[in-house]
Amino acid sequence: MDWGALQTVLGGVNKHSTGIGKIWLTVLFIFRIMILVVAAESVWGDEQQDFVCNTLQPGCRNVCYDHFFPISHIRLWALQLIFVSTPALLVAMHVAYRRHEKKRRFRNGEKIDIEELKNEKFHIRGPLWWTYTSSIFFRIAFEAIFMYVFYYMYDGYQMPRLMKCSAWPCPNTVDCFVSRPTEKTTFTIFMLAVSGICMMLNLAELCYLVIKVCWKDSRKTT
Amino acid sequence: MSWGFLRDLLSGVNKYSTGIGRIWVAVVFVFRLLVYIVAAENIWKYEHDEFECNIKQPGCENVCFDHFFPVSHIRLWALQLIMVSTPSLLVVFHVAYRENREKHHNQKLHKSPGEIDGGLLCTYLISLILKTGFETVFLVLFYKLYNGFKVPRLVKCDIRPCPNTVDCYISKPTEKMIFLYFLVATSCLCIVLNLSELSYLIFKYSIKCYLKRYSKKCQ
Repeated sequence: MDWGALQTVLGGVNKHSTGIGKIWLTVLFIFRIMILVVAAESVWGDEQQDFVCNTLQPGCRNVCYDHFFPISHIRLWALQLIFVSTPALLVAMHVAYRRHEKKRRFRNGEKIDIEELKNEKFHIRGPLWWTYTSSIFFRIAFEAIFMYVFYYMYDGYQMPRLMKCSAWPCPNTVDCFVSRPTEKTTFTIFMLAVSGICMMLNLAELCYLVIKVCWKDSRKTT
Repeated sequence: MSWGFLRDLLSGVNKYSTGIGRIWVAVVFVFRLLVYIVAAENIWKYEHDEFECNIKQPGCENVCFDHFFPVSHIRLWALQLIMVSTPSLLVVFHVAYRENREKHHNQKLHKSPGEIDGGLLCTYLISLILKTGFETVFLVLFYKLYNGFKVPRLVKCDIRPCPNTVDCYISKPTEKMIFLYFLVATSCLCIVLNLSELSYLIFKYSIKCYLKRYSKKCQ
């Protein structure tokens, strides 16, 4: 069970998404999950071991690290990706429920082609439209919340080279040095940019769905 | 042999579950198993190496670590995930037994082997009760073993061979605490889902039973 399993589930949702939704999914997989697994994890891998403080006092390094990094970037990104992917599961569940209903009708005697049922693409109409739109809304909300949490927790998106720490048991103000600050800043800004792009795609998809429905309604009334 | 086995097991169970059961499987996959594998495991990876005591006495660190962490959080978490998923096997076995019986007698004994009625309903209810029981037991175990769900920054240790009371520092206590609270929250959510499913099934089948008896009385 890892990102691959999530990819299988989300890949299933892909069939029922709009064009923009498919682009969003591709961006998510290639520029976020893949980058996280292939690159970012190695950059943050030796985080605490290479966090060095200018003191021999045992415990000072642990305490300073904990003070400056309450929750590591890499874990926040993993949680962000999980939360942002979860609303798509709502759509998957709705589609599965519809298929289940059709199967039940088939068992009760109605004539339905079972092969067609397996490969059927459900159009985004009616209750599915509401589920899909709510899932996009939640995605946007989660992205915004996590971007804000990052900003609030780390005072911006830059990783400083040096941090001054005076938490007990450090004897006085001690210099602590973060490992690979430039590389970490680069990846943080990259992930932030891709988050922003994903948010834009979600907003565009939301507008597209709303405009499509309004246009259809106006055609019906005329 | 890894978490993939658990994933396949739960996917198999999904076929015979109610709607709430499927939500439970999704919550276990996404918010517990996935979070455990991609995030939590790495936090606790070097917990022993990064556990530092303010003393040069050999053996003191080892002894203090062992005293404060008899079973590591992450191992308890893994055990909890395994124990909580296992009762679903009862349902899978019962359905397989039904299918086997149908094959043996060469006739259709049930409307569908996966239909939750009769004996399978009892098995399903027992599996739900066991799941809820295991969740509660592990939450209580976490609470009792670690005096709550807080991870302190500093622990004081005076076990032999430490010469006197020594300060020991735990690595990443805040991050560990955040993920522990996450674990507790998802456990509680799963307990709520299990209890809702239990009440829903009991209610549904009591109504069915009552209506059957009522219709028999009318005839």
